[in-house]
Amino acid sequence: MNGVEGYMYPNEVRLYWSVLIVLYPYITGLVAGAFILASLVRIFHVKAVAPTYRLALLTALAFLIVAPLPLTLHLGHPMRAPEMYFTPHATSAMAMFGYVYLWYLMAVLVFEIWLDYRHDIVLLSQSTTGWKRMLYRVMTLGSNNISERSLAIDERAGWIITLIGIPSAFILHGYVGFIFGSLKANPWWNSPLMPVVFIFSAMVSGIAAVMLLYMLTTKLRKLRIDMACVDTIAKYLFYIFIIDFSLEMLDLIHRIYEADESFRSISFMVHSKLYFSQIVLQIGIGTCIPLFLLALVQVKKLSAMARKIIYIVSGSLIEAGVISMRWNVVIGGQLFSKSFLGYTTYKMSLVTREGLLMSIALLILPLGILWVLVKLLPPWPDQEPAALRALSKPVS
Amino acid sequence: MGYFKDAGHLFRFALLFVVGFVIFLVARHFIVPKTFGEYGHYRGAAMGEIAAHPVHFAGHQACETCHADVFEMKKSGKHAHVSCEACHGPLAGHANDPSSVQPPKLDTAVLCIRCHAASAARPKGFPQVVADQHSGGLPCETCHQPHSPAIQAGGAK
Repeated sequence: MNGVEGYMYPNEVRLYWSVLIVLYPYITGLVAGAFILASLVRIFHVKAVAPTYRLALLTALAFLIVAPLPLTLHLGHPMRAPEMYFTPHATSAMAMFGYVYLWYLMAVLVFEIWLDYRHDIVLLSQSTTGWKRMLYRVMTLGSNNISERSLAIDERAGWIITLIGIPSAFILHGYVGFIFGSLKANPWWNSPLMPVVFIFSAMVSGIAAVMLLYMLTTKLRKLRIDMACVDTIAKYLFYIFIIDFSLEMLDLIHRIYEADESFRSISFMVHSKLYFSQIVLQIGIGTCIPLFLLALVQVKKLSAMARKIIYIVSGSLIEAGVISMRWNVVIGGQLFSKSFLGYTTYKMSLVTREGLLMSIALLILPLGILWVLVKLLPPWPDQEPAALRALSKPVS
Repeated sequence: MGYFKDAGHLFRFALLFVVGFVIFLVARHFIVPKTFGEYGHYRGAAMGEIAAHPVHFAGHQACETCHADVFEMKKSGKHAHVSCEACHGPLAGHANDPSSVQPPKLDTAVLCIRCHAASAARPKGFPQVVADQHSGGLPCETCHQPHSPAIQAGGAK
């Protein structure tokens, strides 16, 4: 049979979870990671990364809006998707996750962004005209109260929401790892470490993505990159990356030392079908090189230009590494037979509903949404217009 | 009182949630079928609808009332526990009206290898052949009597 080596059970020959299921954990991971970066400012008072606070929140929202799309495209029948909400199935982790998603979207991200931007929204609703004015007026929910005390209440409420948001972000992404980790029939997935590895890799990918977006948008706006800000982000990225790498290696070493009945089959797979995506891309290019580069910045005094290049290179490699990690988990787990006697092949299609072009479109779409969000709700702390400041008299 | 006034916008946001929740409940009321959850996580009325479907299989007892000779041959052979309609297909129509509904003639060269084609997934003791090498494409009934397939001394049984 084409693409099959050795013996596969008939239901294992074709892969059911395609590249779209690879994208899904990657996208939710970016959401969780971006939110954690935002929480550094609000909860942990890391003032240096404040320039990225709003950008991180908008990035999280843009990617969260797109997060269900890969699943809906994979399953087909989008009209059935709301059934998950209408007929809740308490014993299904996948079904209950719809509520986690909605909670995170509405009660955490949208609420926090609204609270943080309310002052700006009220001022924009007074300084703009036309459809924009209408839109901002709707967004004010009819309240123009931006008195000092109301903004202080917003600040307090935002702090509480961020505090609730951190475990919510962990649940949002930890759930994906939980789904894989709890599948006892698949030795490649079945590991209690899976949710933790997913959470830390999510933080790494999200923080790296916001760092890259911040540098890119600052360059596009022809402004100077705040080096204290990116240095601090890179420092946190480095620390979290070390934990992530340690956990992934712990999982690997545990598998090698345990060497259960699946080991020979999985080891062969890692050395053959997954060699490039796992050993070369995920561990080599996507982990060791960026870790080395980020460590270099911590121990050596480098010029601002060198640091910028290092951050861009390591951030991009980290994204490639995390995507390949998702690929190795999702696709890798379906390539070998549960008889441990054979392997199948995943051939990605190009122009189909679950093909390469659709995946690329799904990765570009959040950036488009982010562009719209940035236009509507400018996240730049340096760009609060003087006109807005002038209008900033308390209205009650 | 002033505190509530300055927190008024939060109540507006909360109201948005309440309105959303009420819309959800109303939509749920109309969308979820009335009998959903009656027996389990599915529409209870589906049971009645499925039960009302026409019956396609007659069951081996119905076959045996007319085809006693086949039943006699089958009960001592290896296929004793294979139901008639497992090979012949659903035949409730034939059982209800034997003269006008006739079962199609089966092609044993195709039918038998559905179960007896060599496969590593089958138990070792289960009779299985590589059809081309075993019979060269001849129908299996040339040598085997399908209702009692073991070949005994003296030829086909």
